[in-house]
Amino acid sequence: MKGEIIFGVIAVLFVASFMYGLAANPDSEFGGADGQAGDAIAEINSDYVPWTEDSWINSIKFEPPGGETESLLFGLQAAFGALVIGYFFGYYKGKGQSN
Amino acid sequence: MHIFEGFLPSPWWQLWFVFSIPIIFFGMYRLNKLVSEKRELLPLLAVAGAFIFVLSSLKMPSVTGSSSHPTGTGMAAILFGPAVTAVLSTIVLLYQAIFIAHGGLTTLGANVASMGIIGPVFAYVIYKAGMKANINFYVVVFLATAFADWATYVVTATQLALAFPAEVGGVAASLKAFLLIFATTQVPLAIMEGALTALIFKYVIQVKSDALVELKVITESALNKIKGAGQ
Repeated sequence: MKGEIIFGVIAVLFVASFMYGLAANPDSEFGGADGQAGDAIAEINSDYVPWTEDSWINSIKFEPPGGETESLLFGLQAAFGALVIGYFFGYYKGKGQSN
Repeated sequence: MHIFEGFLPSPWWQLWFVFSIPIIFFGMYRLNKLVSEKRELLPLLAVAGAFIFVLSSLKMPSVTGSSSHPTGTGMAAILFGPAVTAVLSTIVLLYQAIFIAHGGLTTLGANVASMGIIGPVFAYVIYKAGMKANINFYVVVFLATAFADWATYVVTATQLALAFPAEVGGVAASLKAFLLIFATTQVPLAIMEGALTALIFKYVIQVKSDALVELKVITESALNKIKGAGQ
């Protein structure tokens, strides 16, 4: 139980730090750090245009039409991963008990 | 948070591919060997890969007022080494680049370098050093994986700073700006990732501790000590 308790305490501290972040940044939408980096690049070099803008590279990729589809794909990614982890932990546990 | 498509100009995106591709190939060689020689460890490999899948999909808010995601690579690095982790990370980064427009194909080399190689090397080195110094196993796992997560974003900031030196102050000024964005945002996330990975390792020890000995992650006597302590 000790491990779970320590993890729980750290998780609560994480949520508390987020709450503090909410209070300290009342206007923030908590956008991605990568987006902020994009803004910083624009500040350093305002002429910079991603050189792949009109490249064929974009045609082999799927661009989610909006935030909803994007969150679906991220959700699927997490669900798939969690499924694999749960399946094999269960497999090992069951195998260990039957021996 | 990976570098967007097209956001690394020449010659940087090519250079990072030159850096990453040999290590990915070496990782594939190691992976092949692992799969053919130690088939019974495949499930653990799947779990380590899946852990990267889950953690890198979770965009978490940070105290700085922005969001980022953990990497999940520390677990695979401790279990299978940085080269195999590079291959697993490449799979995740390809998925995100092709289907979610997160990261990019031209920046894949740079993103594999930060998340798949340099971060995991930190995890591996810290883990080995910590175990040698006889520090508590779970503390070592926590430190190794938290620093791997954090180092990934320090590398990302460095990659951007090298490619975009500020007009005044050059690379150093840019690095400061990018570190402020990535490294500070990542601190609480890295701590969270370290704690979660340490907890996962507790379960690995419960259900499949012999694999850890077989992979030379931990010695038999150290394992008995942990089990004896009864977490």
